[in-house]
Amino acid sequence: MNLDTVLQRADVWRGGRLSATADAVASGFAELDTVLPGGGWPRGALTEILMPQHGIGALRLLVPALARLSRDERWICWVAPPYIPYAPALVGAGIDLSRVLLVHPGAHQDGLWAVEQSLRSGTCSAVLAWPTLDDRTALRRLQLAAEAGDALGFLFRPGRLVQRPSPAALRIQLQPEAGNGLSVSILKRRGGWACGPIHLEVPVHGHGNAVALHSHTATGTGSFQSQWQ
Amino acid sequence: MPVAAARALAHDLSVCSRDRQAEADALHGLAAWAYQFSSQVSLYPPFALLLEVRRSLSLFGGYTALLERIRAGLGELGYQTRLAAAPTPLAAVSLACCASEQHVETRSALAAALAPLPLSVLDWEQGLLDRLHGVGVQRLGDLLRLPRDGLARRLGPDSVLYLDRLLGRQPDPRALYQPPPRFERSLQLPAEVGQAGALLFALQRLILELCGWLQGQGAAVQELEVRLWHREQAITRLSIGVQRKSRAAEQFLILLRERLQRLELQQPVIEVGLYAERLLPLDGQSLQLFGAARQACQVDLLDRLRARLGSEAVRGLSAVAEHRPEYAWRYSEPGQGEQAVNGQQRPLWLLPVPRQLKTDHGWPCLQGRLKLQHSRERIESGWWDGQDIARDYFIAESASGSRYWIYRELDGQRRWFLQGLFE
Repeated sequence: MNLDTVLQRADVWRGGRLSATADAVASGFAELDTVLPGGGWPRGALTEILMPQHGIGALRLLVPALARLSRDERWICWVAPPYIPYAPALVGAGIDLSRVLLVHPGAHQDGLWAVEQSLRSGTCSAVLAWPTLDDRTALRRLQLAAEAGDALGFLFRPGRLVQRPSPAALRIQLQPEAGNGLSVSILKRRGGWACGPIHLEVPVHGHGNAVALHSHTATGTGSFQSQWQ
Repeated sequence: MPVAAARALAHDLSVCSRDRQAEADALHGLAAWAYQFSSQVSLYPPFALLLEVRRSLSLFGGYTALLERIRAGLGELGYQTRLAAAPTPLAAVSLACCASEQHVETRSALAAALAPLPLSVLDWEQGLLDRLHGVGVQRLGDLLRLPRDGLARRLGPDSVLYLDRLLGRQPDPRALYQPPPRFERSLQLPAEVGQAGALLFALQRLILELCGWLQGQGAAVQELEVRLWHREQAITRLSIGVQRKSRAAEQFLILLRERLQRLELQQPVIEVGLYAERLLPLDGQSLQLFGAARQACQVDLLDRLRARLGSEAVRGLSAVAEHRPEYAWRYSEPGQGEQAVNGQQRPLWLLPVPRQLKTDHGWPCLQGRLKLQHSRERIESGWWDGQDIARDYFIAESASGSRYWIYRELDGQRRWFLQGLFE
């Protein structure tokens, strides 16, 4: 083994520069992509998103990438979402609903199992989950499953877990800001030091492209609705 | 030998009573399974099966290859068997009755191959065999050397016909086994089973039988039903479904294992059964096409999730062209989500049921007063089905920075409700 091969490895990095070999899916937020290894959400890896509460825009941060991934023939799997993913908003954000898979396991253990199966299967491009317990061994398994299935794993977890070690390849922490703002701190990333926070605008009306694409229909419903106003 | 005498000889003997019905069922099950190797299967009760294999040889790559496949399959099913092949059915049965498993290819070699066999291989009455022993006939060779006329006189014409058929001098037409239109097999367990996982072993056997039977039918299934009988309680029924029709035993076994893992038995099981009704055509060629791909991804993710979590726990999502927010979506079959477009600002999270908000001097509150954005969307709709709504929707921000989708009733008590989150 020579030095070059060692440096090419995904788990080896040199301080001060981001590893260029990582495979990633652009997040759709240019400022964010510059600080993410490989220029986007890492493929075949677990991303942990820590947030203080629901409703601050964590999903909006993922939506552009999910819209792109939904063009693949693979599932976007949501395991035990805390609320109903609202179909009209997903369509508005450009996500192809025929690729959306919702899994509602009864028990927590079944939830972890479902996440692991989905990540490992190779038939999911992304798996989103909201695990409630802090189980490091389970997370380690999920990271390995994401590698095996070449999937993007996203775990949404409460911000209080920030001090707990995690096997996730990427850990970010979110804080709400005024207006549509969101501050993003990178706590851990492959091939780079922690950094941040950076400030993003995550508009409520997600994906400009998708809206433009469907503007004809949108006007149609709008005019129908005006009869009632 | 009486049981008492047997016990005297072997003190640790365990005695089971013979169940002829179970034997007959097992033989039928095997015939259904063996149908994959030959379209001409006949039963030779109570202990043998006959397969016409000459026409199957080229398909399965020769006698040795075919024999190995049959032997391996029977081993998986948990049977101990002896296999022999001969130009006539009776000769094949006779050879299989002896410990040496032979393959006699031509009729001319038959008499020589049969000669050393003991008379007990003949399916004849014991009295007849005793009489032959009495006159010094010990082996088939001795019998076949005797003159025909004398045999006919001493043993009756049936016995001579039997020998003619044995040697292929007379045709031996056999009633062919007709596979049933649906698969229906059950197995009594040797002991009551209280652990669901322990049922897998018995069910594995039935699944292998089923898949052999499907192979013979050139068919596949999308759904199986497993039935578990208890001593007192009603039958437990488990349904195992696959997205893509299949007859791969391995696939069904993995799904069944998941299903059994989440099953809690109220009562021990005394008998297991397997049922498959709706057969779907699947020819050999399409199976080969699938073969490689299936090995790569093994079991479909949906099937696996549904086997363990129940099919209602795994769904897709559809948008519906409808103004009332709670009707603008529905669950659908995975992969069949429809894309109705609304074009309005909608939150990514919806509450299953709108939650009434507290108010402070008329202001909606959620962890303190909510700050409303100026834009308002009025939705009045649904007068035609009695579920009509009249609401003003707002985007509201909480002190802690969450964004909510809330509405106020336009009539009645003009209450405030939370219906979604702009996650």
